[in-house]
Amino acid sequence: MNTPDRRTASAIAEALAAGETTSVAVTQAHLDRIAEVDGAVRAFLHVDAEGALRDAAASDERRAAGHPWSALDGVPIAIKDVLATRGLPTTCGSRILEGWVPPYDATVVARLRGAGLPILGKTNMDEFAMGSSTEHSAYGPTHNPWDLERIPGGSGGGSAAAVSAYEAPLALGTDTGGSIRQPGAVTGTVGVKPTYGGVSRYGLVSLANSLDQAGPVTRTVLDAALLHELIGGHDPLDSTSIDAPVGDLVAAARRGADGDLRGVRIGVVRELGGEGYQAGVLARFEESVELMTKAGAEAVEVSCPHFVHALATYYLILPAEASSNLARFDAMRYGLRVTPDDDPDHRPSAEDVMRATREAGFGDEVKRRIILGTYALSSGYYDAYYGTAQKVRTLVTRDFEAAFEHADVLVSPTAPTTAFRLGEKVDDPLAMYLNDLATIPANLSGVPGISVPSGLADEDGLPAGVQILAPAMADDRVYRVGAALESLLAREWGGALLDRAPELTGASS
Amino acid sequence: MPESSEHTITREQVAHLADLSRIDLSDAELDDLAPQLSVILESIASIQGVAGDDVPPTSHAMPLTNVYRDDVVRPGLTAEEALSGAPEVEQQRFKVPRILGDEQ
Repeated sequence: MNTPDRRTASAIAEALAAGETTSVAVTQAHLDRIAEVDGAVRAFLHVDAEGALRDAAASDERRAAGHPWSALDGVPIAIKDVLATRGLPTTCGSRILEGWVPPYDATVVARLRGAGLPILGKTNMDEFAMGSSTEHSAYGPTHNPWDLERIPGGSGGGSAAAVSAYEAPLALGTDTGGSIRQPGAVTGTVGVKPTYGGVSRYGLVSLANSLDQAGPVTRTVLDAALLHELIGGHDPLDSTSIDAPVGDLVAAARRGADGDLRGVRIGVVRELGGEGYQAGVLARFEESVELMTKAGAEAVEVSCPHFVHALATYYLILPAEASSNLARFDAMRYGLRVTPDDDPDHRPSAEDVMRATREAGFGDEVKRRIILGTYALSSGYYDAYYGTAQKVRTLVTRDFEAAFEHADVLVSPTAPTTAFRLGEKVDDPLAMYLNDLATIPANLSGVPGISVPSGLADEDGLPAGVQILAPAMADDRVYRVGAALESLLAREWGGALLDRAPELTGASS
Repeated sequence: MPESSEHTITREQVAHLADLSRIDLSDAELDDLAPQLSVILESIASIQGVAGDDVPPTSHAMPLTNVYRDDVVRPGLTAEEALSGAPEVEQQRFKVPRILGDEQ
């Protein structure tokens, strides 16, 4: 068993800049790690060893010539399979896109290529990002590196597990209701959902287009900031992209790392805690708030009374948008085509083919949400469900606005529990939906959020996370406060939380 | 068959919604989905009455409107690239099953 490369992306970047290592060596080390442990973790749906090594060699040539394309040139990365990658399969965890190879790159992928980051492969996810455990992937679940019998979170469990298991120093995720932050919390890693519109959605296969946002999946806050600055900023190909600079996020993370939080007001959201939250998760959260307070922050309790309705609002808006977005899978232009052949007297029509294809190509959760969304948008029910949800969405945003008058950032546990066992909730949609209780409000209102590891819960010894939310376009605040908390906790622990993760044996499942 | 109460979706309704959604659900799926969706709907129906008539709806978190671009020719996919994922291709076009009725 080889020793994995446990360095952060920023440490690898420094070593590359200093000529102490090469991108080929770093990329090969991560490919070796994938070969060794991914049989057990199953974070990847597709590994592109050849392409990654080719790009790594090109990066080394640029470094040798003194012209790297970015600070992270040569640092390898894994990409969630919901982002289009030219020449690499993109399945969204669904049978309906099995084997589809996009003819174009998502803007975030194009920016990574333009910055010189070799792409290791595509990571597993709940089908079309619908889920909180990766168990809804058509290709089987990903396993949590802390305990292979448990879920890695979802929908971006593959990206979080890859980073947690040292299979990749960096990954991209997407977050529609918590799909970056919740996997971060349950795998002991860092995940950031940027401000809606802060990172391009072009080439991100839409689940719920008014909620989806791509963002960094990393082991440290600084690495997330480095990646965020690369992928963020205006994109004319996405009409919902904000035409403003992404901000000085790396500087914010570096500033936060000194652990000084004097003058920062931290709002503890009363509605995101208490009942439904695991005791060990709450204990680690309260300790984190205490640490931040000792470091000079002023903690205030804030109330966001409409957050209790956020989950219901989300489960009307999301299926409604998803039912519309997933109409594009029509078996005509790309993806699976299933032709029904049971009736010799009736030539199948395009509609017959579409019905049979969608029946065969979509999994249970996707069908459930398409039907629910179609219902919510139906004539006669529209005002009662979708229309009402849109109004409550306004009230959630007003709660944020009021809370941010009293606090610079809001904090809560990221997920109500630690990682549960594979299979435990897969047949109980409502129980599964509750995982996103604390993360959903940010998506409804478009505000940025980060999840930072807060420690291990006493009951089960599994990782928990703290979520830090900031006003829209104030992403720098989540980096400053996130880096401060990370640094304060590391001082308490004498190292990073991931240092305490069990060794993976490499036994394939 | 349960009575159709305010937040119940019947098996017939699910079949109709599946038809609108162009998904050929099996009998077993129809049996499972109706009670599952009723449970979900029951729990999310709690938001009814939360917002008064005076609350405007939000369709989008960022209030961007009228995003225009210049009407100029830009590079795009080639025909080969656009057709590269197609289930069937003929004469540089997407080949689809019949779209009219059998008799037409």
